[in-house]
Amino acid sequence: MGTMKVLGGSPNDGFVTTKLEALLAWARKYSLFQYPFATACCGMEFFAVASPRYDIARFGAEAPRFSPRQSDVLWVVGTISQRQGPALKRIYEQMTEPKWVVAFGTCASCGGFYDNYTTIPGVDKIVPVDVYIPGCPPRPEAVLDGLMLLMEKIEKGNREPVSVPPREVPELAQLRVRRGLGRGKEGE
Amino acid sequence: MSKKVITRLQKELGDVILETASFRGDEEVVVAPKHWVSVATFLRDDPELSMDHFTDLTAVDWPEREMQGEPRFDVLLLVRSLDKKHRIRVKTYVKDGEKLPTLTTVWPGANWAEREVWDMFGIAFEGHKDLRRILLYEEFEGFPLRKDYPIDRVQPLVEYRDVDDTLKLPPFGIEEGQPFARIDWEARLAGRDEQVSPAIGLQVGQRRALSDSEVAEAQAEELAAARAGES
Repeated sequence: MGTMKVLGGSPNDGFVTTKLEALLAWARKYSLFQYPFATACCGMEFFAVASPRYDIARFGAEAPRFSPRQSDVLWVVGTISQRQGPALKRIYEQMTEPKWVVAFGTCASCGGFYDNYTTIPGVDKIVPVDVYIPGCPPRPEAVLDGLMLLMEKIEKGNREPVSVPPREVPELAQLRVRRGLGRGKEGE
Repeated sequence: MSKKVITRLQKELGDVILETASFRGDEEVVVAPKHWVSVATFLRDDPELSMDHFTDLTAVDWPEREMQGEPRFDVLLLVRSLDKKHRIRVKTYVKDGEKLPTLTTVWPGANWAEREVWDMFGIAFEGHKDLRRILLYEEFEGFPLRKDYPIDRVQPLVEYRDVDDTLKLPPFGIEEGQPFARIDWEARLAGRDEQVSPAIGLQVGQRRALSDSEVAEAQAEELAAARAGES
C-alpha cells in the first residue's frame, strides 16, 4: 500500500509524504478496538494477554468494546458450537468496516478435537478469518505474534488468511549459540 | 457402603425390585417402568432412606437389545441422602417410543436432567411441564447419543461458507501451535532429542538441560571459585 517517507529534515520539523490509504492503514494498525468473543478455556489465556504482564496496550489494542459496532477486530476465543453460529455471524455482520477476525486457539481455527455433531470445525466456515493462532490454548507470546501478524497485514492491505508460525524452543536456541551454530534461529 | 438401602428396599417393596447389583459400594436396583415414580417417592419419603438429593438422571442406548425383542434403553436415576450419607442407582428398561412418567413431581431438580435425556436419547417423560431440547436447537433432527446417529452428521444452523480459504493451512500438525513447549517433538521423533524431561534424561545418561537449576548452581560455583582465585 505504500509507505510514509520523511522528506526534508527530521520528522519533527520536516514534512512527510504518503498516500491516504497508507496513512489510514498506519492509524488503524495502532488503534485496534477489539471485540472478545470468548466462549471457552482460551478465554483465560486471552485475559493473560490483556493483563499487565503481556501488556497488549503496547500495540494500541488494549481497549475492548463490548459492542460490535464500535470494534475493529473480532477475537473468536474458544470453541464455537453450532448453536452459537448464528450469534457469531450476526456479531460479525454488525461490525463496521474495516473489520478483521482472529481465530484464537485450535478450536476456533479448526474445531480442535471436537469432531462431532455439535461443534463448528473452525469459525472460517461462518466468517472469513484473517489470522489463525494455533494452540490449545496458545501461549500469550503466540497471541502477540498473531497480533503483530495482523498489524502487518493491515499495513500491507493484505486479506489473505495467515497462521502464526511456530517458534523455536528457547533452550534449543541457547544450545545452538553455545555450540557456535549461528544466532539461534534455524538456518541462520 | 449403601447395601442397607438395597436391603431396606427389598424388605419394604418386595417384588417391585426386580434385580439388584452391588460392586464396591456401587449399589443398583432395577425396577419396572410402572413403578418408577412410586419407588422414587418411597426413596425420598422413607425416614430411613430420606434421599433428599437428586444427583442425575441419564440413559444408555443398547440398540442390539432391540433386535432380540428387549427394551432398547436403560434409564438411570442417581440419588443420594446428604443426611444418611448413602446413595443408590435406580435403573429401568424402556422401549423405543415408550414414555416414562416424570420425576419432576418428586424432585424438582429432575427437570433439566429429563430435558437432557429427551434431547440426547429421545426418551419422552410423561407429565413433564416443559419437555423441549435443552442443549441442542429445535431445528436439530434425530437424537445424537443414540448409537445409530451417524457419527459424521452435522446440522449447521448457518450455512458453511464455500470458499478456498477454509482449507486448513499448516501448522495444525503435531506441534499444534505450542511453540513454547519445552519438548522438541521433531527432534524426539527423529531420535536426536536432547531436551527430554530432566529426570528421564538423567536416567538415560543425557547431559542436564541448560535451564536445570543444578547446572546453574554449578556454573555459579565455578564462577565464584574463579573470582576467588583472581583476588
